[in-house]
Amino acid sequence: MDWFLANLDFIWLHTRLHLYQAVVPLVLGLIVAVPVAQFARLNAVVGSVLLTGSSILYTIPSLAMFVFLPVVLGTRVIDPVNVIVALAIYAFSLLVRATLDALNSIDDGVRQAAVAMGYTPVRRFLTVDLPLALPVLFAGLRVVSVTNISLVSVGALIGVPSLGTLFTDGLFRSFPTEIAVGIIIILLLALILDLLLVLAERLLTPWTRKVAVKGAPDAEIMALQAEVAGS
Amino acid sequence: MTSPEQDDTRHQIEFRSVTKTYDGGRPAVDDLTLDIERGKITVFVGPSGCGKTTSLRMINRMVEPTSGRILVDGQDISQQKAAELRRSMGYVMQSSGLLPHRSVLDNIATVPRLNGVRKAEARSRAQELLAVVGLAPELGGRYPGQLSGGQQQRVGVARALAADPPILLMDEPFSAVDPVVRAELQEELLRLQRDLAKTIVFVTHDIDEATILGDKVAVFAVGGRLAQYAAPEEILRAPVDDFVAGFVGRDRGFRHLSFQPGADVAIHPVETIEVDQLADPTVSVRSPWTLLVDADGRPHGWVPQATRGGITRQADAVPGGSLYTRGDTLRRALDAALSSPSGLGVTVDDDGRAVGVVHAAEVFELIEAARLVRGRADHNTAV
Repeated sequence: MDWFLANLDFIWLHTRLHLYQAVVPLVLGLIVAVPVAQFARLNAVVGSVLLTGSSILYTIPSLAMFVFLPVVLGTRVIDPVNVIVALAIYAFSLLVRATLDALNSIDDGVRQAAVAMGYTPVRRFLTVDLPLALPVLFAGLRVVSVTNISLVSVGALIGVPSLGTLFTDGLFRSFPTEIAVGIIIILLLALILDLLLVLAERLLTPWTRKVAVKGAPDAEIMALQAEVAGS
Repeated sequence: MTSPEQDDTRHQIEFRSVTKTYDGGRPAVDDLTLDIERGKITVFVGPSGCGKTTSLRMINRMVEPTSGRILVDGQDISQQKAAELRRSMGYVMQSSGLLPHRSVLDNIATVPRLNGVRKAEARSRAQELLAVVGLAPELGGRYPGQLSGGQQQRVGVARALAADPPILLMDEPFSAVDPVVRAELQEELLRLQRDLAKTIVFVTHDIDEATILGDKVAVFAVGGRLAQYAAPEEILRAPVDDFVAGFVGRDRGFRHLSFQPGADVAIHPVETIEVDQLADPTVSVRSPWTLLVDADGRPHGWVPQATRGGITRQADAVPGGSLYTRGDTLRRALDAALSSPSGLGVTVDDDGRAVGVVHAAEVFELIEAARLVRGRADHNTAV
């Protein structure tokens, strides 16, 4: 506890760095994954190639990616950009599948109806498909946000500062308190981010919670029952 | 010079030799030529796979024809922008197809909004339409998932009417709701139509619905062939061929009889003549109506005693009514008797072989008896 209070500035700085390196890739991955998934939906061949490709991307070990990216990007090894790009790639590979599932989860009758109403394809995608994909999409986002929070710490191994630095530092100095603090804050961060996503989902998809609610007995059904009983 | 199709303003929608083939298979719609009258309800009816829905969907270019042309108000629709064409036609589908993430009012306002009408204006018009389709105003703020199936269909109709299009396309709109609600919705549609006089194209597989709603009925046969296109009375009275006769006969009668078992209906023997014997003039018939059967005993219509001499081939026989499979419901039994030209309902076993006939009068007696039993039961529960 003493160590924690004495190093508040140090911890706060690394928490912010950690959050930054986790959230930015999440957003980047999402921005790329959504249009790519829609494109894959419209073209079966592209779709299957893409899904296989993205799965393979995800199997690349993160440490290898951190070491390899500077060569490709021309960045310095300890540049946070390496971590951000690596995590954006992971986020993309998970989210492209999640988005595809989300878009496929939409009732085809609804989509057909939107076409029949006279929606143009782009407008339909933005105002019908995308909102209706949100519940499944959010499930994917929550998985990726937790994964990212934990993966960021690996960057500390190559010297990119984050809460992972508390692990490497604690290990180097044989100081378990520092490691414990790092673990607790990472857990808290993951929890808070998850809560924020749940909250955002609730705000953005109000219709999903009202579906099951049936208020007063349906007048139509009551009339029907009366009719059946009277016949 | 005007082309012939532009001369006749009675016709709002015209199919001109329209064929739709999917991937080199057999046609889903085969050389369809059909004029749909302005301000009337035209019903496309037929068994599944007859191309009725495909035909409907070609009108708003949800499906593109392989060959042929479709004209709306004399204009070839393939020359028009698909999205704009669709906004000029209301569309109601089987599962209502409401957008689950939009409130009822916003669903109804969809097409006006696509056309650029301001939100407030579109919503107030939507509110009026709720009343038109018989829904309470407070339902406007709900989501579709909070409505019953019947209410959703009403919203679907309101949405289709919102931009006041001259044409309404309805794709089996009432087939997913229960029979009582369906009857209500049918009545409402007819009531609306008396005020609105839209050109309605209505698809159903239910011949009862077709005859109730249609000013004209187009009966489609499997393979996308238009079998008959006429007023419903004419189709019931004078089906052009065995297919139409069979299709029209199958679902007639009263729906509530469908729920009463017909196991007690008496089955009487009937005189039969085989198809092979028809050409032989020495084979005479003794009854006023003799049942024509094939070698397997399956019925193929009737041979009246009066015209026996003129019937030498199966095609000459009087087409039969619907068939009653032994043990099926009273509705089927009554329907078999009523739709039969001889007044005798042909009864068959599970393999389709004729086993005798049922009499309408006896079916009526059973219906009466069942009604008495039900009346007593109601009385008892009421006390």
